[in-house]
Amino acid sequence: MLPTRGFLGRRLAPEDAARLPPGQYKETGFPVLSAGPTPQISHEQWKFTLKVGPKAVKTWGWNEFNALPQTKMHKDIHCVTKWSKFDTNWSGVTIEDILADAEIEPPTAYTLAHSFDGYTTNVPYKDLTGEQAMVAISYEGAPIAPDHGGPARLFVPHLYFWKSAKWVNGLQFTQNDEPGFWELRGYHIYGDPWKEQRFTGDP
Amino acid sequence: MNAPPERLLWQEASVARVVEETPTVKSYFLDVPSWRGFMAGQHVDVRLTAPDGYQAQRSYSIGSAPESPEVELVIEKLDTGEVSPFFHDVVQVGDQIELRGPIGGHFTWGKSDGGPLLLVGGGSGVVPMMSMLRHRANVAPEMPAVLVYSVRHVADIIFRDELMERAEKDPHLSVIITVTREAAPDQRLRSGRIDGALVADAFARLGGVMPRHAYVCGANAFVDVASRLLLDMGVPFPAIKTERYGGDPAREGGAGQPVPET
Repeated sequence: MLPTRGFLGRRLAPEDAARLPPGQYKETGFPVLSAGPTPQISHEQWKFTLKVGPKAVKTWGWNEFNALPQTKMHKDIHCVTKWSKFDTNWSGVTIEDILADAEIEPPTAYTLAHSFDGYTTNVPYKDLTGEQAMVAISYEGAPIAPDHGGPARLFVPHLYFWKSAKWVNGLQFTQNDEPGFWELRGYHIYGDPWKEQRFTGDP
Repeated sequence: MNAPPERLLWQEASVARVVEETPTVKSYFLDVPSWRGFMAGQHVDVRLTAPDGYQAQRSYSIGSAPESPEVELVIEKLDTGEVSPFFHDVVQVGDQIELRGPIGGHFTWGKSDGGPLLLVGGGSGVVPMMSMLRHRANVAPEMPAVLVYSVRHVADIIFRDELMERAEKDPHLSVIITVTREAAPDQRLRSGRIDGALVADAFARLGGVMPRHAYVCGANAFVDVASRLLLDMGVPFPAIKTERYGGDPAREGGAGQPVPET
């Protein structure tokens, strides 16, 4: 690639640069991006449903969900809009703990997360295992603010952050890898930041 | 819209013109050799490369209509940024800039989407709306449309002359510009932040007909307030499409980022 005339750019400290996937920059704030208005969901309204295909397996209310084992994660997050944020702290319930509470084994290799606002995003089940992911209900020790997806959002930090569905209200096992909202609108089916899988067709 | 079947490839575009829109905003008109067109409201990714191979990417909204031969990127200079000061201070006509796009299949409008349209923009959030309004004038000039545009200062109004002229000449378009940090100098502008009365006025200009599509773009706090006002007026949740940019002044890609959840 030929250099852009006159562009020098900024360099991060090597330890920071090593944590930054290609094409990303380090952000210290926490930008909010979403496709529509922010849904305001009370704890009374909140519920989370685990489905296998069209069939609901189990539904949890807010208090029941909070009573499940809580896991903490300390991760860097990467948004496809180019910003990355280091050292974020979340806690919530792992997908494995959700399945254990529903007393099911993973029935297929694919899932589709659903949100209160109709948003969907697909994540292979293997990406939800091994403490890579959870349904987060707290950020930096406090409830997740509505514009960051509270009361609960999916948290899959090793993929671009659109996979971490805000206002999540369900996880559905699907027979095939079914594209969700942004995946149908030009964004990558998988979304690995380290491979820079931003858009459809990126290798 | 369905996903494009092919990969979006990086390509070199050349800067054909640079126009100063406001003291902090410039338009860059690009000739893009293999451009396959876009939908009003979409954006592109821009990639800059340093001599040592270091690269920086940002997203910028397109302000031009899809019918325009040049692609107009409207870039607000953020002094603490890495890319926007480069554009403002270094880029000149004839430079080659790498980009790929178009990107974003949600915050878009085309004739087949129908109307009426209610567009609510804050600051440089007006950019994708300008693309929509220019496109509408080309393909559906009788589609009723209202733009509500909030800026801090009169000097910050992007596309001021064009918006005023379009509003004067187009009987189906209404433009309401409000300035929030100074008094309006004349009757064509308003003062004060967007509120229920302003939104009610925008509705009245649509003849009381509920907008079929509402687009809201700007800083996150602005989008939150504006979209709540629209919900209060009875606009259905799914009819409201938003695009937000963060509150951190160091954040770039200022002109609205029509992009996924974070």
